[in-house]
Formats: sequence, C-alpha cells, structure tokens
Amino acid sequence: MTSGPQRLAEGGRIDRTTTLPFTFDGKTLEGHPGDTLASALLANGIRLVGRSFKYHRPRGIVGFGVEEPNALVTLGQGARTLPNIQATMVELVAGLEARSQNRWPSLDLDLLSINSRAARFLPAGFYYKTFKWPAKAWTAVYEKLIRRAAGLGRASHEPDPDHYEKTHAFADILVVGAGPAGLMAALVAGRAGARVILADEMPAMGGRLRHAARAIDGSAASLWLEATLQELTSLPNVQLLPRTTVFGAYDHGTMAAAERVADQLPPGTTGELPRQRYWQIRTRATILATGAIERGIALPGNDLPGVMLASAARGYLHEHAVVGGMRPVVFTNNPSGYTTALELLRAGVAVQALVDPGPRVDNDTVVALHDAGVQLYWHSEIAAAHGRGRVEAVVLADDVGGKRDIPCDQLLLGGGWNPTLHLTAHLGFRPHWDPHLQAFLPPPEAGDITVVGAAAGRFELENCLADGLNDAVDLCRRLGFDARTPTLPKLQESGSYRITPCFAVAGAADGKAFVDLQNDVTVADLALAVREGYRSVEHAKRYTTHGMATDQGKSTGVVGHGVLAELLQQPMAEIGTTGYRPPYTPVAIGALAHHHKGHDFAPTRKTPLHDVQAKRGAVFFETGLWLRARYFAKADEDMAAATIREVETVRSKVGIADTTPLGKIELIGPDARTLIERLYCNGFATLQPGRARYGLMLREDGMVMDDGTVWCFTPEHFMLTTTTANAAAVMSHIELYHQVYWPELDVACASVSEQWAGVAVAGPRSRELLQKIVSQPDLSDQAFPFMAVAEGRVGGVVCRIARISFSGERAFEIYVPAGCAADLYERLMRAGEPLGVTPYGLEAMGTMRIEKGHVAGPELDGRTTPADLGLGRMQSRKKPHIGHALRDREGLKDPGRPVLVGLRALRPKDRLRAGAHLVAQGHEAVQANDEGHVTSVAFSPGEGCSVALGFLVRGSERHGETIAAVFPLKKERVAVKVCSPCFVDPEGARLRG
Amino acid sequence: MRITCPCCGARGIAEFSCLGNAPPARPADDAPEAAWVDFVYFRSNPAGPVQELWQHVQGCRSWLVVTRDTTTHAVLKVELASGAGRR
Repeated sequence: MTSGPQRLAEGGRIDRTTTLPFTFDGKTLEGHPGDTLASALLANGIRLVGRSFKYHRPRGIVGFGVEEPNALVTLGQGARTLPNIQATMVELVAGLEARSQNRWPSLDLDLLSINSRAARFLPAGFYYKTFKWPAKAWTAVYEKLIRRAAGLGRASHEPDPDHYEKTHAFADILVVGAGPAGLMAALVAGRAGARVILADEMPAMGGRLRHAARAIDGSAASLWLEATLQELTSLPNVQLLPRTTVFGAYDHGTMAAAERVADQLPPGTTGELPRQRYWQIRTRATILATGAIERGIALPGNDLPGVMLASAARGYLHEHAVVGGMRPVVFTNNPSGYTTALELLRAGVAVQALVDPGPRVDNDTVVALHDAGVQLYWHSEIAAAHGRGRVEAVVLADDVGGKRDIPCDQLLLGGGWNPTLHLTAHLGFRPHWDPHLQAFLPPPEAGDITVVGAAAGRFELENCLADGLNDAVDLCRRLGFDARTPTLPKLQESGSYRITPCFAVAGAADGKAFVDLQNDVTVADLALAVREGYRSVEHAKRYTTHGMATDQGKSTGVVGHGVLAELLQQPMAEIGTTGYRPPYTPVAIGALAHHHKGHDFAPTRKTPLHDVQAKRGAVFFETGLWLRARYFAKADEDMAAATIREVETVRSKVGIADTTPLGKIELIGPDARTLIERLYCNGFATLQPGRARYGLMLREDGMVMDDGTVWCFTPEHFMLTTTTANAAAVMSHIELYHQVYWPELDVACASVSEQWAGVAVAGPRSRELLQKIVSQPDLSDQAFPFMAVAEGRVGGVVCRIARISFSGERAFEIYVPAGCAADLYERLMRAGEPLGVTPYGLEAMGTMRIEKGHVAGPELDGRTTPADLGLGRMQSRKKPHIGHALRDREGLKDPGRPVLVGLRALRPKDRLRAGAHLVAQGHEAVQANDEGHVTSVAFSPGEGCSVALGFLVRGSERHGETIAAVFPLKKERVAVKVCSPCFVDPEGARLRG
Repeated sequence: MRITCPCCGARGIAEFSCLGNAPPARPADDAPEAAWVDFVYFRSNPAGPVQELWQHVQGCRSWLVVTRDTTTHAVLKVELASGAGRR
C-alpha cells in the first residue's frame, strides 16, 4: 500500500508493507521504511518546506543528499532538539516529529517575508553598511532585533542528554565512498588481504549503482551490487561502515569520520547505544571514491518550490518511487539530464520538454525521448521560472531569440558535475579546472590519497569500475600486498560525456537568480561585489556570503565561480575555487567531545587518603589535576568557620594534612649533587646526609620557576620535592637538561610523586604524636632538629620523614609507600585523639602559609625574581646555575620593581581579594597609579582580620604605610597597611626546639 | 600527526609534548650576555624544515629532535636529543 499523491505504484527500494506515521509542522503524514523525511514529504505532496534565510522566500526540496540547501528542519523536542537538519539525510522512523524553520507564525504565512519586499535594501554586504548610527542603538536596539530575525533553526539551551563514543581504528587502505569505484577498490584490496575500511555516508551502500538501469555482466546492476556487498561482508579483513561520513583528512594518514549509530532508530529503542561515534582512523593510504555532486544553473526564479536538481529527481524515482512533479521541464547541458528525462518518462511522468544550451545531439536516448513526444530544444535556455509560490511555468528562450512560456509543475536542472574533492583540499591540494569536463578536478595523487572514479572526473560508469580496480591493484602492490587483477565486469555501452558551459542564463543579473540558495545570494549580488572591488573568488565569497552556509555551496559553489568568471571576463582556470576545510558536513559537537563532559571531562585523581579523609567529613574540591580535601566540616560549620577552627587547633595542638600530590623526584648517582647545584640558584654543596634544604629553581631568564625542598639521604641519593602544580614540568625540565645539555653527568632521575604518599603533621604536639607510632628514627629535638630528614619505619613499614614546616609550627612530613598511606593516617588519628588532633585541608594550609609569608603558586607566577620575593640573598654568585647568566639585566635590578610585602586590612570586617591592585591612598584607581597587586589572601584567626601577600613598588621601604587595595570589577576599595609578609612568629621560635 | 620515536616506534601525537624550536648550543657559563640573550629569546621561524624539541612524555621520556616541515607538516627526521645541546 503506498501513501501520498506523488508516490508511484511500483518501484523504489522502500518497504511498502509497513507504514510509518510522522508529523511535519504538527500535521500527521505517512511514509515507508526506506524513505527519507524528504522523500516522504514529496510523496505526500508537500512542496513548501522552509523559508529562506534573508528574504524568507518560500522554498522546496532541491537535492537528494548532503547537497540539499533548502529543506532544513528541526527534529525532536526539549533537550533533544536538533535544528538545521537536512530532510534529505533523515531516515524516516515511526513517530518522527519534524518542524520547518525560519518562519513565523507559519510556513504558509510568514510575516518576515516582508524582507523580500525590502530586498533592494538588503543586498550582499548590507551588514557592513547599516546599523552603524547612532552608535548606542547597536546594543539597545539593532542587535536584539537582528538576533530575533536572523538564523535558521533554534537550538535547545539544555545539555545534550545523549552520549557519544570515540573509537580508534587502523587500516592499510581506507576507501571513502561505496559507489562503483569504491566497491571495486575495496574488493581488490580485501581479496589481497589488506586491512580495509570502507565508509559511506548513506545508510545503504552502492552509490549510483542503486539507481543504475544498465546491466553489469549481463544482469541487473543491483545483483552485482548485492553479490559484491556479500563478498565484502564475508571478508574478515574488511570493515564496512555505512552511515559514516569521513569528514576530515589530516596529517600523516589520520582521517576523521562520524558514524550515525542511533539517529535512525525509533526514539526510546536505542538502549545503550551511543547516538553517534567519532572515528579516528590511522591509515597507510586512502582511496577517495566520493563521486560527484550535480550543480544547478542560475536563472531568475530558480528558487521556487518545484525547481530540483535532475540527479535528485532520479534518486527519488529509483530509491523511493517518488516524483516531485508530473509535468517537468528538464534544463540540462550534459548527458545525465537526458537519462533522467528518459527514466521519468518510462515511469509514467509526462516530461514536457528538454532544453539544452548546447548543440544538437543524436543518440538512442534522444531518439527514445523524441518518439515519446518530448519536445527537444537545442541552443536554447530557460530564461526564467515563475509561479505563485511554486513552479507553474518556465520561459523558453529558443535558438532564434524567441521567448515563450511552457506550462509545467517542475523544473529539473542539470548544470554539470562537481567531483567531491574536499578531502584532498583539506591537505592543501588545490584543484585545477578541466575545460573539457567543465569541472574542478583534484590531483590524482594528493599525499597518501588516491582519487578514483567520478571524484577524479571519470564520470562514465565503466570508467569508475576500471579506475577503482586498477588504482587499488597498484596501491596494494605498493603497500606490499599481492593483489590479483580481477576481470573487469562488462557493461552496456554508454555515450561519452560532453558538456556545454552554462552557469547563468542571459539576463540572470536582472532577476532573482540564486547562486546560493541557503544564504540567499543572487547573480546580482556577485555583480555588486565585483563593482565594489571584491573581485577575487575568496573576497567575493566573504562579501556576499556565497558558499558559506551549512551546505557549503555543494550544489551552487561552482555556479558562482562561473558567474564570477563571466563578470570578470577571465577564464575559469584563473578564477580558481575557494578552499575547503574540515568538516565536510556538520558534525555534532557531542561526537567530538564524546565522554569528555561533565564529571568525566578530565580524569578524577584521588589520593590514597581520599576515603579516610571523606570518613572524617572532608569537603573535596578540584584543584589543578587533583581532588583534594578543602576543609573538614563539623556539624553546621561553613568553610570559613571550619578553616578557623582547623588553623587554631593546628597552632595550639596538632593537625594532619594530606601532602601526597607534592611532586617528588629521586636523584641517584655520583653526579646527583652536581646536577642539583646547577638546577637550583642556592647552594647545596654543604647539604649533609640527614638534612633537607629549601631550594629555588629558576628559568634561564632569571625568573623563579618553582620552589621546593631537597632531602639528602646519602651523598649520592637525594629526593627533591616540587610544588604540586609543577611536578610534571619540573620532571621534564630535569630530563631535558640531563639528556640534552649535561649527558655526561652520571645520575639517574625518576619521578616518585605517586609512589610515596603522606601527610604533614603540624603543631606544638606534633613530635609527641609521631613519637607514639614512629619506631625509627629518634625524633627528639637533639637527634632530629629542624630540617632533619631520615628514612625510618612506622607501623612496620618503611617511611621517609623530614622536619620541615609550611605552616610555621613545629612540623614534620612523613611519607610511606602509597598503598600503606591510609593505614598510616588511621594510626595517626587514633594516636592523636587524646592530643586533640584535627585533620585539616587546603584552606587551613593556605591560611597558615600566608600568615608565615611562605611564597607559593600565586607569587611564583613566572614574572618574579628571587629578589622580588625577598630571597635575593639566596641566589649564589659562586656557582654556575640555571638563571645566573641573565640575572644582572638592568630591568631585573630596577629598584622600582614591585617586591613582596604583607598587607593587613585596617578594618576587621573588610575582605581582601586576590588580584586587587595597589594604589597610594587618595589616588584614583587607574593604570597610571598602579603600584602593585595582591597575590594571596586569607582571614587570619590570630590577627583577627584579613591578611594578604602582594607585590608593591619599593615595598620594603614602605612598611607601616597605609595604601588602598582596589578591585574595580566589583567597585571595591579597601584600606590596607603595608607590613612584613610574616604575621606569625617572625623569629621562627615555634619551628625550633 | 605521528612521530616515530627511535626507542618506541611510530606513536600518535598525544603521547608527546613540544617545547618549541630547538635552541642553539647552550653558551658557556661565562659567555657574554649577548650569547645568552640569543639562546634564551631568539629563534628563527622558517617556512620549511625546522628542528623542534619534543619529549615522549607518555612513553620512554626521551627528548627528541624532530625535523619537521612547517609548510607540509611532513616529519623528515627524528633523533634522540641526547648530546644535541653540545653541537
């Protein structure tokens, strides 16, 4: 049972036993499995499918596949809304809901079609010349109006609920396009044993073979096709990827493809399947068998519903048994239009006339057309198409200059063929113009891409098959596979390809003759661009937006180039064509992001102490690459209250903090000390076993790169610590210098950041706590003074322990093999309970180090020298080291450089902000008065107010001065007192003893 | 893009990290400031083959000198950087 007034009773590759209900603009219609949304709409007699972008002119279906410029619909609802989908590429499923776009209130009555009346004020380039005055009206008025009027579909603002996959694949030969040439190539390569991936953008493979009427090897082409696909499916080394668009060609044989996995399944049945799959394919060679796309002809009225590409009419006829009109006129300059006319005729369509701008042709097709009563006109053009909202008649301009109307209900245009060469252009290969074929051709070899078949300009079917065969055999042999040359299938003879140049008809510039249907660009617009000086093909494109819509000019780009050539009176070869970049067709951003979204955007890195801290109320946050405990909330505490409690407890009793993510690097060897001396700006010649020392690493330009500590276990065994953020960078830095500049140094370096996990134990009772569980070494003050290090044992496990302090309190850092860290933590918490131990997080850690003036990331921003940080005396003048050579540059010794200071808010309630700038009191907050900035801020429980570290011009001379910290983004200005950066225990008494 | 690491074979670009154009030889510690400024700040930027320093961070951790054509993206040569700083 068929559905719709334009569905033929027989033929097509649809399943007539099943009907699929769907809606278009709320109206319920029916189609069949095998239909696209476009073919089903045509079958139901729907001619009006959208309104054009700028002029809101009524538009119908023009193409058959990805070249379709007009039939853009919105599918789905809510978060699954998909705007700007080509109806020609939507596989019909039961329950599909589609809506037309760019019209209000409805497709039939679109109020914005008023734009059409104002067309003379909206030519190409009008954007550059209007909406300029008055200047304030832009944000207030123009932008809002333009946003509402512009654009095609409307996107949902909700997150995409579907999931997508990425997969990698490797191949010896990637064949792009499963038409005759591609199938032949895949067959040859598959039989030769190569790993083949055959990809085609359509759901069913075969390309033009699905519509071929000619016999191959004596039987119908469809049988040959079926047999070939069966053999390919049976070969284990061949992977078939239908519904997969190879959308980009990249360096070194990397190709990208997007596979539509679940879009064609009825909603709700997709289960676990991803909606789409992004393929990254590494291939040794690619065979490009992507065929060619037909182009139209520019003539006034060529955008009326009912104007269609001849090849599209053929596709709808053979694939879907659908015709777009019962009385078409065919306007064509090459043989394919003739074949289409004959096939329509045989299907019962009353072809009114065939018009060819070229000379008379005599062959079997012409005879058959003539015998069937079709009027044939040579050296003639269709001067215009007209009708009320649809094609009702065309104007024939015959070979003697006469003009008359031919009534009809459809105009089929066949203006020539454009090889689909985009992937070669992605690699930078420019096509050349072939005047004989009137087409841009790619180079036959473009890097590791071999172009075959219609994509290489060989339009006849037998040449496609031969190409695919021969080039595949050559390629296989080059890659080392034993390819046998199979017998070429025999075909019925066809005529040779001949074409008469015809891009625009005479007088096209006087009417609305479209060269870009989606962006509403006409021949007159191109003429305007030329008059205004935008003469090169790239300039004309951008000025008029010709070829810049989502169809990227697939059916109209070359038409525009042809028009330009005529306007400029230059040969097409000199005009050239614009370039192409990936993607070939639009790709869902979700497919490119695949699982990198939301929580899975980046891997979550937890320390081994995550769970034991979570158990105690830790609130975690992402910092750098790690998930770390920020604070530990008791009862109703917020972050501020928890932090204050943690700081007070650490400074009066004892606390434990996870320091696992710190970078740790092992250096072992006779030259380890030498390497360390060269890496750090301060001296390490006297660092004895059993001691640690703070170190500053500089860049070659003298700026501080990182700070950390160096632990000495033996004269040939050291461990460096780095800041967490720079752990990887410092490791690469050390490897660079060792491998490239100092390979003669006998030292081995290894990253052990993840091998050792541990904690800081800080506070007056820290020693007491550790002595309860550490059996070795002796932690008394005499045996283990400030800055001592040792390898020891705790809980039967090896440990590394150092008496170093970030908090300013008496403190230790203790590390054990990562798998033992959770146990260590539990032991410490249990032993510490009678001592009043608290776990503390990064907020408290940060507060305490700021109170002590210890510099960290915000101060080490890559623009500060040791002197800027108040550590100038650390930098040795006695030994060569990285950062020494350029330290005495004038700019680095300028006494006006901002230097590290402490800042204290005058009023206890004032909050300081990192990033605030410093100006003298009474000075306006402008750049000219800028004297520095705030780097780190914290509320100090001990001081009872906000304190900060920052850089201030001549800061060391200004202690005691009151200045202002300004934050113009929030219109804040806070009075602060400049002081020493150390707010707690400046003598360091708490560290020692 | 792929780089053939001398130790590990042909690997995808995601395994490597690029430092930038390979510097000239590192000057002696007592060389004049001008030589150091050159080493730290100046590199040529040719259209054509250029030598770059890459590290195989997710593989063998070797630093490599990769000769790559900046116009065609072809990788012409890959060698271990070890000792290259002396040349």
